Amino acid sequence: MKEQLIQRYNAAERINHWVVAVCFILLAISGLAFFYPAFFWLTGVFGTPQLARIVHPFVGVVMFIAFARQFFRYWHHNLVTSEDVKWMKSVKEVMKGNEVGDIGRYNGGQKGMFWVMVGCMALLLISGVIAWRPYFALYFPIPLIRVALLVHAASALVLIASIIVHVYAALWVQGTIRAMVEGVVTHAWARKHHPKWFREMTGKES
Amino acid sequence: MALQSLDILRRSASPTAAPQARNPLEVAKLIDVSVCIGCKACQVACSEWNELRDDVGSCVGVYDNPTDLSAQAWTVMRFNEVEQPDVSGGKLEWLIRKDGCMHCADPGCLKACPSPGAIIQYKNGIVDFHQENCIGCGYCVSGCPFNVPRINPKDNKAYKCNLCSDRVAVGQEPACVKTCPTGAIQFGSKEDMQEVAAKRVTDLKSRGYDNAGLYDPQGVGGTHVMYVLHHADKPELYNNLPKDPAISTTVSLWKGLLKPVATLGIAAAGLFGFFHYITVGPNRAEDEHEAEEEVTK
Ligand code: SF4
Repeated sequence: MKEQLIQRYNAAERINHWVVAVCFILLAISGLAFFYPAFFWLTGVFGTPQLARIVHPFVGVVMFIAFARQFFRYWHHNLVTSEDVKWMKSVKEVMKGNEVGDIGRYNGGQKGMFWVMVGCMALLLISGVIAWRPYFALYFPIPLIRVALLVHAASALVLIASIIVHVYAALWVQGTIRAMVEGVVTHAWARKHHPKWFREMTGKES
Repeated sequence: MALQSLDILRRSASPTAAPQARNPLEVAKLIDVSVCIGCKACQVACSEWNELRDDVGSCVGVYDNPTDLSAQAWTVMRFNEVEQPDVSGGKLEWLIRKDGCMHCADPGCLKACPSPGAIIQYKNGIVDFHQENCIGCGYCVSGCPFNVPRINPKDNKAYKCNLCSDRVAVGQEPACVKTCPTGAIQFGSKEDMQEVAAKRVTDLKSRGYDNAGLYDPQGVGGTHVMYVLHHADKPELYNNLPKDPAISTTVSLWKGLLKPVATLGIAAAGLFGFFHYITVGPNRAEDEHEAEEEVTK
């Protein structure tokens, strides 16, 4: 018998995800270079330091647009329910590998991650535009630019730490990467991690 | 520009020490606002020596011209007409201040700059921009408490007064000092300039300016451009010279506290993942072998 599979992400969704991911990596590398003097050499990711300064915000805009598309795809799957709160409260159990609750398409952790990303992306866009030279910064007062620079760095660092968790979670829960690469997950994966979603997708009992 | 120099106190975005074996005297420029007649000879000398030519502007109704600092105008005269009852009994005063880089002992631009070696602070106190290392981010503009650095729209590099570091390096005074016809601008060791200022302040006080004083703000560690002001209690009268300038708290948080916090946060996320994986191990969907069993059946 062949392995039983469920489609989790279609091709458009996967492309969308990887556009955001590649932009994020380039932005994180160049951004850390501007933040940590000892890592300034990472500006080399865009060729030269000044090129990095020029290109970084444009890549940021691409990431934001692609992420906005994801936002409209997924926001309604990410509304937090009481089941999710239960999940968040028992996160310790979850870390041991024990599933908690009747999880739908996304669990409490994934939903939390989604909203953290949304918040960070919004802050990054607004603060990034305010600090963007030579095009926009000159229209804003210096004290506001100072706040923007602080907010930009802080929200970027929150996002970087969150993405580390996001990537780790995908690695830890085996079979997850496949959902974003090939687009499919196994029945076993769905039954174990997202039982409610599994029933919805297959009509079977989990 | 970067000459071989062994007297660098600080270098932007450089975690380790710069060459600093030489020990030059700390210098300062003293601008006596009470002596300045606003002739702008210093402005002209600055543009001549540094070979800068700002665009010809238009008259805006006052003497300010150019009206602001720019990559082509590293110093400008600011003219203020002050008529306030609590200042010199309400008589009209024409307060003229030569604006430009203050060469802070604790420079906000240098603290903010992300590019190694784009901003240099020499041991003699001069804060210099090395434009070949500048990436044009404008962080220095946000870091400066005096609103001095300007980004050149032509090359997207930051510029400002360098206190004629090239002239000072060979034992000459800055061009503006050399040219001032009234002696309102003097240059020498910081100590000497403080002495000269003290004499001037005593003189001004004896002539009725009770609040005369030296402007050498300690919030930025003192400056290497200092003013003698007739109203040192109200520096804002002189085109909003800040009363207690200091590096903004926002900038200090961004360049200070945020770094260790961020390092801890990122490291914690990474290390947590690593140790979680090697202790708890991967989370596999169990019944993969069930499927296998089915296959073998
Ligand atoms: S604009 Fe240039 S000098 Fe100013 S902070 Fe950025 S890199 Fe440094």
